Amino acid sequence: MNKVLEMRGIIKQFPRVLANDQIDFDLNYGEIHALVGENGSGKSTLMNILYGLYQSDGGEILVRGNPVQITEPRVAIDLKIGMVFQHFMLVEPLTVAENIVLGSELRKGPFLDYKQAVADVERLSKEYGLKIDPHAKISDLSVGLQQRVEILKALYRGAEILILDEPTAVLTPQEVDDLIEVLKTLRAKGTSIVFITHKIREVLAVSDRVTVLRRGKKVGTKATKDTNEQDLAEMMVGRVVLLRVNKEPAQPGSDVLEVKNLSVKDPFGNLRVNGVDLTVRSGEVLGIAGVEGNGQSELVEAIAGLQRAEQGTISLNGVDITNWSPLKIREAGFGLVPEDRHRRGLVLDYSVADNLILGLHGKTPFVHHVGLRHEAAIQANAEHLVEEYDIRPSLPHQLAKRLSGGNQQKVVVAREFTQNPKLLICAQPTRGVDIGAIEFIHQQVIKQRDQGAAVLLVSAELDEVLSLSDRVAVMYNGKIVSIMSAEEVTEHKLGYLMLGGRLEDYQGEGGNGHEN
Amino acid sequence: MKTKLKAFPWQEVLIPIVAVFLALLVGSGFILLVGENPLMAYSVLFRESLGSTKNIATTLQRATPLIFTGLAVAFAFRGGLFNIGAEGQLYIGAFAAAWVGFTFDLPRLIHLPLAVFAGMVGGALWGAIPGYLKAKLGVHEVINTIMLNFIALFLTDWLATGPFHGGTWVPETARIKSTAALARLYPPTRLNTGIYLALVAALVAYLILWKTKRGYELRAVGLNPTAAEYGGINVARNTVIAMALSGALAGLAGTEQILGLHNRFILRFSPDLGFMGIAVALLGKNHPVGVVFAAVLFGALQSGSAAMDRLTAVPRELITIIQALIIFFVAAEYLIRKMLRLKEEA
Ligand SMILES: Nc1ncnc2c1ncn2[C@@H]1O[C@H](COP(=O)(O)OP(=O)(O)OP(=O)(O)O)[C@@H](O)[C@H]1O
Ligand SMILES: [Mg+2]
Repeated sequence: MNKVLEMRGIIKQFPRVLANDQIDFDLNYGEIHALVGENGSGKSTLMNILYGLYQSDGGEILVRGNPVQITEPRVAIDLKIGMVFQHFMLVEPLTVAENIVLGSELRKGPFLDYKQAVADVERLSKEYGLKIDPHAKISDLSVGLQQRVEILKALYRGAEILILDEPTAVLTPQEVDDLIEVLKTLRAKGTSIVFITHKIREVLAVSDRVTVLRRGKKVGTKATKDTNEQDLAEMMVGRVVLLRVNKEPAQPGSDVLEVKNLSVKDPFGNLRVNGVDLTVRSGEVLGIAGVEGNGQSELVEAIAGLQRAEQGTISLNGVDITNWSPLKIREAGFGLVPEDRHRRGLVLDYSVADNLILGLHGKTPFVHHVGLRHEAAIQANAEHLVEEYDIRPSLPHQLAKRLSGGNQQKVVVAREFTQNPKLLICAQPTRGVDIGAIEFIHQQVIKQRDQGAAVLLVSAELDEVLSLSDRVAVMYNGKIVSIMSAEEVTEHKLGYLMLGGRLEDYQGEGGNGHEN
Repeated sequence: MKTKLKAFPWQEVLIPIVAVFLALLVGSGFILLVGENPLMAYSVLFRESLGSTKNIATTLQRATPLIFTGLAVAFAFRGGLFNIGAEGQLYIGAFAAAWVGFTFDLPRLIHLPLAVFAGMVGGALWGAIPGYLKAKLGVHEVINTIMLNFIALFLTDWLATGPFHGGTWVPETARIKSTAALARLYPPTRLNTGIYLALVAALVAYLILWKTKRGYELRAVGLNPTAAEYGGINVARNTVIAMALSGALAGLAGTEQILGLHNRFILRFSPDLGFMGIAVALLGKNHPVGVVFAAVLFGALQSGSAAMDRLTAVPRELITIIQALIIFFVAAEYLIRKMLRLKEEA
């Protein structure tokens, strides 16, 4: 018996959606098994069943050869199964050590034995090579380190099977590399890992085997070494996928967005955007590259009217819109795909149809002149967009929170793009989205550009910035450090500038750079 | 696949029903403690609250103000606001209605609507104050609504014993003119046309929340204020509007009590109707239809309790315990979901 886990014929029926249709999945001891597939193909559902969050409607689960009934997460934990969710479940004001031992019986009298907790965490972190400060507060840690705490928490509870649901979606490229190293270390120590991702590069970099799901069914399982990028992409989407965007050279027109000497402070009074000058012309895509947290979010929010500009001006087609209300800016011809779809982009407890009119809800045809909703128009709009953007399941009345992450993103994209805005800002437009949908969203961005929109793209994905942009700006520490045309850019040069290097000092590629 | 029908939210309905059932079950333990037969006591309770047309009328009369205050709390809640101040808004609305009632001499067709309108406006203004403070200064509405409850009480105390004292030895204003009174529907019970008003209010609240642009904005602010802001919704304005409309509903509760029952403003007349509204909204899952049913249930418990007290050894305080237990079990929704194995829709 060399399987630590076997799931056989798993079935999960949600109201009107068959999320898992007789799925077989197994995991060897000390293996990293990648689980991939389109948005809504049933990956999270399958793993939630394994962790006891959902009950399957059919099939069986064997752990270490024994049939088991995983009725709730506690049973999974007792079976040494651990799960790291995309949205972390940490208690922010507590320290790393406190979070890791939370819920276990580490007591001294009625109190938590904090010394012992710290000692345990230090031992664990040494054993697995996961560096962390046990005394640090969660709220002070970067996303990557918070994720590390989640992994340690699972290990502390003795996890031998570790499930990671899209762990890299929230990480910077550097953090992704770190995580991949961590996973390799864990594997060497004998931990078996299920790794869900949308990025084929990561699958190829770290996994031993890969299983592909599509529309709730299993397409197949392959050894990673027997497959390649194009092959996996086709298995996932069921057709040939363009991994590069086809586009004509830009035909830029007049200046649409003009930002002059803009400064923005965060709520704590720290200067996050520091005297930025920026112009985006109609018919072009300006990409902003940069490590997250260098002021990109604040720049975008200030343009959208969601944060105050302390200084400087923002104008749209020659009209000064600085510090206008978000509604007025929208009405001036502005669309925004926000970086955080749960915080800004969606009302998760609203239906898909209602989310598809957010921001347009006061306009014809969605409202009669007396302020009554025009239900038929709202429904028709939803049916049309669900179809055009292939939002699954195609149920306009489904609550947005019941959609898979990638389909939620498609709802936001559909809403913002169909307004044909003059200025379109896309912040992390393909986060958590499958490759088929990325291809589609990229084509739509280019379509908007070719229709004359000015597009400002902010992305942590260098690939995305490089393949979509006509010009590339690099943002570092609240400033635009350089703007280049697409032809001058290389991934290597960008990496150098993103970390604070100066263009004047750039020496070219030091031998081992990778050209694209 | 393109279905327009929304599935009936039977889980939403089931949980309050189970909560009520559990509360009665635990309540029967208390009844046993005082040496009575629970089935006996409950059958008296049932008979005395719903067993005859007269009893039903009394139940509905008790339910009427609770529908209003329940709607008030639920409406604010949908806008993301916790209105603890229904009691204060109720007093201000009641006084405003009474004032119009005893001050003017007008034909019924004008006088009554005017008095009702005044009650609404009084409550709305009193509700708008904490809304405004929250929107402009970020002061939490719970604190402000509680403080405004006290201010409303003392203010109306003073008004009714000072400038508008009715001149008798009782602390109350003059009687309202009969042209401002809500008609009794089933004498000798005090059920009055206020019940129609309450049902219309529930319908209007429903329509505003789910069928208008305003409702879309209010609920979006309640569910996700950052996304609402992004969608061009003015969060501050909607906060004030939600509190004002909530206050208007609470003001109508006071209005009904004055124009339909007491026919004058009596000092501290409300048996915590505003606070009961919180319980009613909770049990009714903050939905107008649920609120109506919850209010009728609470009304029934109250109207049956006096008889139960009289006819059995069970004291009327049992009803207070049962009401508390209902709230306890509704709040312990997680427990009930687990019992019923309703896990996955969570
Ligand atoms: N609680 C739920 N109620 C109803 N349908 C659900 C629920 N959870 C998931 N679904 C549906 O089940 C299907 C599978 O969803 P799942 O979250 O497993 O997809 P996924 O493969 O993880 O997608 P993604 O890559 O976008 O995260 C989707 O169609 C989704 O809408
Ligand atoms: Mg998922």
